[in-house]
Amino acid sequence: MSASAPVLQRPPSGARAALLRQLADGWHAYRQHVMGMVGLALVVLLLVVALFAPWIAPFDPNVQDLQQRLLPPSALYWFGTDHLGRDVFSRVVFGARTTVEIVLLVTIIVAPVGLVIGTTAGYAGGLVDEVLMRITDIFLAFPGLVLALGFAAALGPGLTNATIAIALTAWPPIARLARAETLSLRKADFIAAVRLQGATPSRIVLRHILPLCIPSVIVRVTLNMAGVILTAAGLGFLGLGAQPPLSEWGAMVSSGRQFMIDSPWVVAAPGLAIAAITLAFNLAGDALRDVLDPRGDR
Amino acid sequence: MSAASRPSQAPADEAGAEDHSERLAVLGRVAGRILSIVLTLLGLLLLTFTMGRLLPADPVLAITGAEVNKATYDRVYQELGLDRPVWEQFLTYLGKVLRGDLGVSATTGHSVLTDLAHVFPATLELAMVAVVTGVLIGVPLGIVAAVNRGKPIDHVARIIGLAGHSVPIFWLGLMALLLFYAKLHWVDASGRLSVFYEGMMEPVTGLLLLDTAMARDWDMFRDVVSHIALPGLLLGYYSVAYISRMTRSFVLEQLNQEYVVAARAKGLSTFQIVWRHVFKNIRVQLLTIVALTLGGLLDGAVLIETVFGWPGLGQYLTRGLTMNDMNVVMGAVLLTGTLFVTINLITDRLYKVLDARTR
Repeated sequence: MSASAPVLQRPPSGARAALLRQLADGWHAYRQHVMGMVGLALVVLLLVVALFAPWIAPFDPNVQDLQQRLLPPSALYWFGTDHLGRDVFSRVVFGARTTVEIVLLVTIIVAPVGLVIGTTAGYAGGLVDEVLMRITDIFLAFPGLVLALGFAAALGPGLTNATIAIALTAWPPIARLARAETLSLRKADFIAAVRLQGATPSRIVLRHILPLCIPSVIVRVTLNMAGVILTAAGLGFLGLGAQPPLSEWGAMVSSGRQFMIDSPWVVAAPGLAIAAITLAFNLAGDALRDVLDPRGDR
Repeated sequence: MSAASRPSQAPADEAGAEDHSERLAVLGRVAGRILSIVLTLLGLLLLTFTMGRLLPADPVLAITGAEVNKATYDRVYQELGLDRPVWEQFLTYLGKVLRGDLGVSATTGHSVLTDLAHVFPATLELAMVAVVTGVLIGVPLGIVAAVNRGKPIDHVARIIGLAGHSVPIFWLGLMALLLFYAKLHWVDASGRLSVFYEGMMEPVTGLLLLDTAMARDWDMFRDVVSHIALPGLLLGYYSVAYISRMTRSFVLEQLNQEYVVAARAKGLSTFQIVWRHVFKNIRVQLLTIVALTLGGLLDGAVLIETVFGWPGLGQYLTRGLTMNDMNVVMGAVLLTGTLFVTINLITDRLYKVLDARTR
């Protein structure tokens, strides 16, 4: 995969070794990608901040102090304070937690749903394929945010519901990908061999096809993560995502809106946080695409 | 002419028979396409119907208000058909939509269809300004990046595009308002027109830029421009990333072709090659990309309209959501979905009609 990997290598001794070898080669290629490394560093930073939020934040993100409202950034309040006298920096730090929660939850829902629907459609073919793909197309027939808006409103506001709404809009591309992978696998010799041994279709799909689709699905989910974060922020901004007082970047921008002209920091800080993380995922995704698609002429 | 064609009569008949079966096959394909479109639209309806039924607010209370006696409540409940089984409700909904009846908005008191016809031109105008912006920035950016592939300028172009795609558009809108409206006073904020112009223009196309230009009312035209500039440009910037990335890869693909080598050998400059030859070959692909962008802009429009108080489809939808106005939400989501499907369909057709290679 990468030009500088050693030419003479012992052949991998098993599936796990092969996978590790592949990962190592991929990492080697990825490391050459400067922008990709910047993106990855930012994503790691997000994870670290989210994990250690209580230790990083100097203040409790929800404690109000009306004496200290709308103070400009200072040595004490790095990003200033908001209209309720809460420390904006601490809220941004805890907002990272919310973002990571959304990202993880969407991945946990979308990857299995997309995988099961896609592989089933691809392996079964015929009517099952037709019906499942028709459903997928219908979900794809809406712009993502509008569909998520509708579902979020229908399910009622709240972080969990917003995340479910986003997941409902995010699975179709994954299902399409898994189906395409399955179509290329189902005629393979090893599948025929398993079938001759008497394996049931569900066993073939779950044990032999699905695992092989996982890597590309994970990559695709990562590529889509920037969009997920922006949609989540949009829902938060429109008041359909996380509810106060929970720190969520989109909602912070929304509530700071009316104080923006005199106290721009209230809006600037959370917006920059969203932009930085989305850019990070976009950069990392770009690099990942370059590494995985050697034909790409970028 | 006729003498020459006579001897070939027999083979022509054979060709006719072949033609016939081919025509049947085409008919079959067209029927399949229409069926799939109908199914997709039916699915859209089912989805919006589900959304409407799931809305947590009581649709009866949305009409009657919270203070209502039991008898009135029950009557409205029955008038809305909520006592019928769900599948029957869906069929009723289906029948109504087919007759163009999207119900009445509980907040505006107008029929949703009238409201949609009223707000849609605003969004259309915004989207058109955005598409023009996206193309004017995105295409040159993509070409420059492709020609200078791997050089610093390529990376800069990439970052410019990616930044537009990464910065939340509602936040960018607020920051732009802060700078250009509050601090510099360059533009007007909120809405499509200043208050004193409101209602002065009889809508012809509903697109204020066109209407005022046709009426030669240049003061008002300037006012419209001052209102649409920020939201239009920002929405356009959002699509720059996609357009420039695709342009770049199309141009790169062309630059690898042999005719480019030949043109270079002939002594043409890169600029001449790109504008005379490459651009001609990627026109159709670009058109497809631009059309696809139009669909994606609907998303950004929802947010940008909220920020700029733009009285369009997006604001209508979000207002319906906050007011728990079921008919409005269903109508707006349905219109968006239908638009999206239509755009994709037209794009698909256009591509096939314009690109001889796909025929």
